[in-house]
Amino acid sequence: MVDIVLAAPRDLPVGPTGRKGLGSWGVATLIATEAALFSYLLFSYFYDGVATPKGWLLEPSPSLKLALPNTILLLLSSGVAWWGEHGILTGRRGRALWGFGIAFLMGTVFAIVQWYEWHAKPFHFGSSNYASLYFVTTGFHMAHVLIGLLVLAALFLWTVLDYFSPRRRLSVTAGVFYWHFVDVVWLFVFTTYYITPYLGFGR
Amino acid sequence: MNPANVRTPSVGPVAEALEHRLHSLWESPPGLAGFFSTVDHKKIGIRYIVTAFVFLVLGGIEALTMRLQLAGPDRTLLTPNQYDQLFSTHGMTMIFLYASPILSGFSNYLWPLLLGSRDMAFPRLNALSYWIYLAAGIFLYVGFLTGNGPNDGWFNYVPYAARDYNPGLNEDFYSLGMVFLGVSVTIGAANFIVTAMRLRAPGMSINRIPILVWGTLTANVANLIVVPAVSLAFFMLWMDRQFGTHFFDAGNGGQPLLWQHLFWIFGHPWVYAIVLPAMGMASDALPVFCRRPLVGYSVVALSTVATMILGFGVWVHHMFATGLPSLGLSFFSGASIAITVPSAVAVFAWLATIRLGRPVTTTAFLFFSSMIVLFVIGGVSGFMTASVPVDWQLTDTYFVVAHIHYVLIGINVFPVVGAVYFWFPKMTGRLMDERLGRWNFWTMFIGFNVAFLPMHLTGLLGMPRRVYTYADGMGWDTLNLITSIGSLVLAVGVLLLVVNVFRSLKHGAVAGDNPWDAPTLEWSVSSPPPPYNFAVIPTVASRHPLWEGRLEETQARSSLSRGMELKSGKEVIGTTSLDAAPDIILEMPGDTFAPLCVAIGMALTFAGLLLKSWACVWVGGVIVALSLLAWLWPRRKLREREPEPAGAVESAHG
Repeated sequence: MVDIVLAAPRDLPVGPTGRKGLGSWGVATLIATEAALFSYLLFSYFYDGVATPKGWLLEPSPSLKLALPNTILLLLSSGVAWWGEHGILTGRRGRALWGFGIAFLMGTVFAIVQWYEWHAKPFHFGSSNYASLYFVTTGFHMAHVLIGLLVLAALFLWTVLDYFSPRRRLSVTAGVFYWHFVDVVWLFVFTTYYITPYLGFGR
Repeated sequence: MNPANVRTPSVGPVAEALEHRLHSLWESPPGLAGFFSTVDHKKIGIRYIVTAFVFLVLGGIEALTMRLQLAGPDRTLLTPNQYDQLFSTHGMTMIFLYASPILSGFSNYLWPLLLGSRDMAFPRLNALSYWIYLAAGIFLYVGFLTGNGPNDGWFNYVPYAARDYNPGLNEDFYSLGMVFLGVSVTIGAANFIVTAMRLRAPGMSINRIPILVWGTLTANVANLIVVPAVSLAFFMLWMDRQFGTHFFDAGNGGQPLLWQHLFWIFGHPWVYAIVLPAMGMASDALPVFCRRPLVGYSVVALSTVATMILGFGVWVHHMFATGLPSLGLSFFSGASIAITVPSAVAVFAWLATIRLGRPVTTTAFLFFSSMIVLFVIGGVSGFMTASVPVDWQLTDTYFVVAHIHYVLIGINVFPVVGAVYFWFPKMTGRLMDERLGRWNFWTMFIGFNVAFLPMHLTGLLGMPRRVYTYADGMGWDTLNLITSIGSLVLAVGVLLLVVNVFRSLKHGAVAGDNPWDAPTLEWSVSSPPPPYNFAVIPTVASRHPLWEGRLEETQARSSLSRGMELKSGKEVIGTTSLDAAPDIILEMPGDTFAPLCVAIGMALTFAGLLLKSWACVWVGGVIVALSLLAWLWPRRKLREREPEPAGAVESAHG
């Protein structure tokens, strides 16, 4: 190594270049700790489901009428954000603006539908331990959606200001990475609260 | 090709002009503005150490007050309520506000120096994690000083902590304060992990990093994963208390044991997180005084990691007495017993290092070597309680109190004080007084053992922990008196340390670069180090760059006086994770107020949550959001946007 460094040094990129740089590592650690947070929330659900006597599910067959399309919408928004990121990668700013803008709108619709879904529930967060877990878990997720929307809005603004290029796009990579996380973690929350009762858990 | 985008790093010798330029690039401005905006890891590290030490002294005063109360039977110095708050605050202070931050302080100060870098990976996050730690510490102590300290022990079991049984603000201060503090720990963990993976000197491959780095890295990987468990538990508790949710309240389907699971899923790995870095200090410093490399570097590094991995699977041993199924008990008992294997590996490595070396008895050596003895005692008592039937007998007695103090004082405080003696010369340029050091060591060592060795017996005789007094004639009087006397002697020892630090700051002998003739990179720079740490980036060829001449381990030699200059801006070299090959030149951020603003905003938010002043929460939240937006705003200087075209860049690049 000494020979390579001192006798034959080579060209190195300066600052975050493409995916390279510390920022992506930083976001990865953020996502790791957030994923841990959600796994403890889901751990609590499964723990309570096993430990509480039958009948703890306040909605043994949770309605999928809104939740399923909403889930699909959120997952699609991840694809749209990715498509926007690809616009930055290939130097097409218009596509990036459409991508971040539409992903933002889809996220907003998700949040509104989820808000409506909360109000349509026949129980509130003080009804039982199941209700508390449901509202706090989906509430935590909602907080992450709102932060993700702020991130998408910032990316949109910075793209309007023409800040990014295929080489310098760390904020985009990091921000879209975070949005993917927000969407993927919902899949776990959704599966736990809306699908496992149909599979027999807690019934 | 624009040199602001791609560049071959220039290589040169250490030269005065270079040092001068780096100094102007890296130094924080003087005065208050510099104080509140600095991102220098050395300044932040020392702040961490000083703040944690203040908390150690506060926690010590709390302990002494309790020992006065317990010195004899039926004493009335404290009321039961005062006693509850004192022992809980003592635990909270020592475990959360001293034991972990002190290690973060040392690691913050030392890591870039050990790794041959000029800063941590995220200097601004580093400042933020300190400010949040300080703010959370103040938040928790405001509770204590207004009579609202935690009062259900540091692990805070429900239903004691539920609102029906504990209507004051005590538990709300504790819950919100712990969530707040968790943010600091998590941010620090992210910084340590990325620094260790990406910011090592070229050539410092993964098998050459100092054990302290292994210890802190392992601890912080654990922190990143387990801190959310306790933050979530405290958040749920606060919701239960203030908003009528039913996570833990058995009357409405809640599960009191869920609290214990979430707490100990965090709590047990945390115990390792506050000893592994300290064990790392011993693994790096002890060999210096044995005049030989550590025996079994690889197995010690691996056992550090193995301890943590096993440490994730032992939390239920804190819950043996809660009536869990016997299959679960057996599994966790087995895992808890198995964890002694990697711990013993470290012990035997240290013993072999002393045996095969030529020990030089300094104060630091005494602290590090005595730690081995205390570790074995604390380890054996822990091993005993890993056995379910023994634990049923001993749980909630003073035996467990003796165990935790042997572990936390023995494997945290003793090596930390050793580390003070060892690295003080590097931080200040002056040596500590050795004569006073001997007094310091022996009073602490004797005081500690007089206080806590008999406490095992107190526990075996059945004295329960956390009682504010006890009746005459239980057979506990003499033992308690001895413990109280011992704790006073221990306190005198800590006082001697403080005296020594302050005296040596002014009157200590001038240390020079490498007073202990130690092998690692931090000793190759001046004491105290310049703001940029290394004038040229070292290139490393072995584990002991400063001992290569006499060890003859390899043909290759590290290059410390010639290397990459990186003088175009505040620059460091990013290297690959395993081999540490040069990978990228990184532009580091300058001083900024953003971290302080975020911490202030968060403090307002948490104060608002406590007082249910939603306006305060909003104001705090908006401050946080705006500060983060300014912080993350893409900058040309940091190459988050395209730099100025090549012609516009001044020719000072290197």
